[in-house]
Amino acid sequence: MSLILDMANISLNFHDKSILSNISLGVSAGEFFVIIGPNGAGKTSLLKILSGLQKAQQGSVTVKGKNITKYTRRNLSQILAIVPQHIEVGFPFTVADTVIMGRSPHLGILGMEGKEDFHIAEEAMNFTEVAHLADRKLFQLSGGELQRVIIARAICQQPEIILLDEPTTALDPSHQLKIMDLMERFRRQHSTTIIMVSHDLNLASMYGDRLMLLKEGRVVKTGDPKTVLNKSLLEESYGCQMMVDESPLGQVARVTPIPHKYQHI
Amino acid sequence: MPIGKKIIFTTLLLSIVLLLSSIIAMSAGSSGTHFWETLSILTGNSDPDSVTATIIWQIRLPRVILAAFVGGTLALGGLVFQALLRNPLAEPYILGISGGSAIGAILAMLIGLSYFPGVAIFSFAGSLLVLAFVTTLASTTLGNTMLGKDSLLLGGVMMNAFCAAVIMFLISMTRSFQVQHILYWLMGDLATIQKGQLSILFLLFPCFIIIFVLSRPMNLLLLGKETAAAMGINVKKIVLLLLVITSLMVSIIVSLSGLVGFVGLVIPHIFRLVLGPDHRILVPSCLLGGASYLILCDLLARILPSSGELPVGIITALIGAPLFIILLLRHRT
Repeated sequence: MSLILDMANISLNFHDKSILSNISLGVSAGEFFVIIGPNGAGKTSLLKILSGLQKAQQGSVTVKGKNITKYTRRNLSQILAIVPQHIEVGFPFTVADTVIMGRSPHLGILGMEGKEDFHIAEEAMNFTEVAHLADRKLFQLSGGELQRVIIARAICQQPEIILLDEPTTALDPSHQLKIMDLMERFRRQHSTTIIMVSHDLNLASMYGDRLMLLKEGRVVKTGDPKTVLNKSLLEESYGCQMMVDESPLGQVARVTPIPHKYQHI
Repeated sequence: MPIGKKIIFTTLLLSIVLLLSSIIAMSAGSSGTHFWETLSILTGNSDPDSVTATIIWQIRLPRVILAAFVGGTLALGGLVFQALLRNPLAEPYILGISGGSAIGAILAMLIGLSYFPGVAIFSFAGSLLVLAFVTTLASTTLGNTMLGKDSLLLGGVMMNAFCAAVIMFLISMTRSFQVQHILYWLMGDLATIQKGQLSILFLLFPCFIIIFVLSRPMNLLLLGKETAAAMGINVKKIVLLLLVITSLMVSIIVSLSGLVGFVGLVIPHIFRLVLGPDHRILVPSCLLGGASYLILCDLLARILPSSGELPVGIITALIGAPLFIILLLRHRT
């Protein structure tokens, strides 16, 4: 299978401190790839390098066979959309205003949106179930609604790759599943590649085709969820005791971090 | 309403407002003329050699034109800085750019250079020096070359204080007859304009057009630098271009009319409350609305005192500061 994203020997330093060292990663078209690892492992930095927002000191990133530095920001944004961890909601844009901004990389610099663009935005809003919020201001939304608006904007960009930075943190279980199911469904319909950073090992296990476990800027393991979600690897990386078994759902690994008071069992 | 229609509608409406305020401003003054008489003179239906006609064509018209450009440019400058700093309290003065151009202009006046090109070029050079200093400061403290929001703001505030001190130093060292003139100019005075100086205002038109063209990227910048970049914007290039263009506009205006404050704070704020945050509407609205606003402020500056007149900067500050506080309180609740 052809690689849509290929990262080779990436190293990133900040003030003599190594953030990432010698990381290689190939993602196939249509794959659901999840990056996991403890806080400070370099997951967000890795995502920024993949999206071209940050340059690494060493190594290269190839997107669709072309070096990422050879793209203009505009051309790259036609291929690659980002769902960030935080967005600014200080200025009173409405949901519809925000989603249609996803058309930007496809419009001329002054270009006004046409019928086609509004249609795409409407479909994106229907898909993430925020169409009924179209005239609301961003700061009036709940966390789950805001996250779906941002995903609608990313979808509106009609990208081939979507990068998500911890999209389910701070959401309740029902909203977490809603977001993940949305991404999964969108990937099936459009064969979009999805790369996600997550702290939720069980979501990673249930949705990811492949996982990458990072620790202190180094790759601990890359592979299918059952290989990566290995008790000793996880315990060593996260520094706490873990229980890994098969989920009652079948065929997927279930990870349970073990609190101190249960550790005698 | 679709965005295109909304732009055309607000632009037309505000153009009519601008036209009306211009005619009202031209029909009032110390020699006392009236609205209909002014209208017939302007449309060429009256004796063009009468005293009133001469006053209107030679004195009031250039002054109204200057007021329109000063108001429009400052409002637009405020709008741009607010987008770049993602801070609705920013305005052309906040980065110290006005202060820098004022120092340049005063130096040129003290050397005895003529208005064009001397004062204008010194003024632009002053503003660019401050801009270069502030942006370098911001980029080194951040450890990278992106233009950071808070460091830019803090650097600007300090630079502004420094410029104010230099201006006071220059003025206190001067023993010449020019001091009175410089002080008046510094407070924002439109009375000193000569007809020949107006032609430099044509330089502003390309600046307005470039800013309008960049109004969509400015919308994206409001969502944050990284989001803008992820939407296909070359953030560094656009931010730098906007900063340089705005400095050029502001220094042209400062060299002509001194330091007129609060226009760049009040006008964008009002229009953002009424029309929302989309810059494709805000750019033409601030330009036309700021122009009308300053024309009317200058009218007040001319007719309020029983003899002589006030610098318009005093009027804009007297109206602007309380109005801004009221807007801020209302916005919060």
